[in-house]
Amino acid sequence: MPKVTFVAHDGSKTSVDEPDGVSVMQAAQNAGIGGIVAECGGSMMCATCHVYVAEPWLSKLPAMTATESEMLTMTVSERRGTSRLSCQIVLGAALDGITVELPEKQI
Amino acid sequence: MAQDAAPPRGAPASDIDPFSPQHILNPYAWHHEMRELGALVWLTKYRCFFAPRYAEAFQIIADYQSFSSAAGVGHTNFNKEKPWRQPSMLLEADPPDHTPRRAIVGRILSAPNLRVFRSGFEVEANRLIDRLLQQRDVDAVPEVAQAYVLKVFPDAVGIADGDRMNLLKYGTMVFNAFGPQNDIFDESVRDLGEVGPWIMERCQHRNLEPGKLGDQVYQAVSGGQITAEEAPILVRSFLSAGVDTTIDAVGNALWSFATNPAEWAKVKANQGIVKQAFEEVLRYESPFQTFFRTTTKDVELAGVKIPGNEKVMLNIGSANRDPRKWERPDVFDVSRDVRGHVGLGYGIHACIGQMISRLENEVLLTELARRKVDFEVTGPTEYKVHNTLRGFTKLPMRFKQG
Ligand code: HEM
Ligand code: FES
Repeated sequence: MPKVTFVAHDGSKTSVDEPDGVSVMQAAQNAGIGGIVAECGGSMMCATCHVYVAEPWLSKLPAMTATESEMLTMTVSERRGTSRLSCQIVLGAALDGITVELPEKQI
Repeated sequence: MAQDAAPPRGAPASDIDPFSPQHILNPYAWHHEMRELGALVWLTKYRCFFAPRYAEAFQIIADYQSFSSAAGVGHTNFNKEKPWRQPSMLLEADPPDHTPRRAIVGRILSAPNLRVFRSGFEVEANRLIDRLLQQRDVDAVPEVAQAYVLKVFPDAVGIADGDRMNLLKYGTMVFNAFGPQNDIFDESVRDLGEVGPWIMERCQHRNLEPGKLGDQVYQAVSGGQITAEEAPILVRSFLSAGVDTTIDAVGNALWSFATNPAEWAKVKANQGIVKQAFEEVLRYESPFQTFFRTTTKDVELAGVKIPGNEKVMLNIGSANRDPRKWERPDVFDVSRDVRGHVGLGYGIHACIGQMISRLENEVLLTELARRKVDFEVTGPTEYKVHNTLRGFTKLPMRFKQG
């Protein structure tokens, strides 16, 4: 089961293991991580599942869709080059060990 | 139930007519029957497949490459028959056409872009609640669901006040057209009159209030993301898809809580669960029940080989009550983990109006709960006889201060 580590805005870390096919957003919800709100449940309609993904993980992610890119213009915390929507990051062997950083605010 | 000895299409067959008034009014009995019959059922009357269970319904909605929307999400196959109107630019389009439109309209209808509307919705909800507490006995369809949604939603789109009942006639017909061309559909067409041209006129830029959602679609034209011809059609899709559905959701929510007072008590005690409770309403009484996909090639589903260019029917009301997916599916339980319900669809075509319809419903339910209002059903209710929507035409209720 791939492992994912969440780094909260205050620096605290939480790691969880989830089966392949679960999104990073769902992993956060299953683990009760407060820094991800995910108001739309993964439909790319809320931008409240915003995360920053540093290398080496960023370049392992599939390319962003047009909708994800548009939605990232609506984030409350600043959009950076490393910004992604965690509902669009699906766990699998290639992403085992991924770390994502949570922004200061989602709403 | 005529069941062919040898299934003609590799799937069990049924001669049921899901679009007969009798089955429309009692959906959960025939959903159960179909789910038990098979994962994929051949409907002899409509010569199409039907996937009544959650797993296959989800698989179909998720796999937009095998199951196309561009041939229409109704029973009519646009590859074989001319569509009755220009197909919807979002709902009835596949990638790549769908993609840029979805991106731009998705941003306009996204939660962050809608936050400015919350306080206005709250004002309207409270006005309505004041009125309800005075009147006490009302028919909640016209006096709550329609009154509230026809006020706040077209205001948010930027449509001028007046003649808003026309929006209901239009929406009713559009959603009936996703079913077969039966008497129900014919009647909604007869009722339509001159509403078609009226609505197109309302969707022109000059008639939309600056800064509101409709105007924002036209602003995307200046940005070059969509064309000037596409803008009014996209605005019209808000009006056709966003009114009846949300009105039905409000009515279904009121009925679900009124008939399950313990669940309403939980919401009154903790308004933090309103969002989740509304998701349970969408699972339990899904307003938009039936739609179709068309296979783009031979596809194997649940062990059945479906040839290309065949219609496959989905019923998300049935998927949302499949006991293979949900524990005690026929119980309305605001505490359940309702994630994964398909009341708003899923994937690239997932309802693009989901955040505004949620906002409308959440605000109304939150204000009712915050003010400790109780409501009960006081007389016989009537469901609409509609090809694809589930909601009330009559819902007598009494509202009182709890
Ligand atoms: C509670 C109310 C609503 C319900 C239950 C609902 C339900 C749905 C469902 C199930 C779909 C998916 C259809 C499919 O996969 O073929 C959908 C798509 C759609 N809805 Fe909604 N809807 C609601 C409110 C709204 C509102 C308020 C709007 C407009 C602002 C809207 C506009 C649309 C559009 C344009 C699509 C097509 C999206 C696409 O294909 O990309 N809906 N809706
Ligand atoms: S959960 Fe809403 S955009 Fe990711």
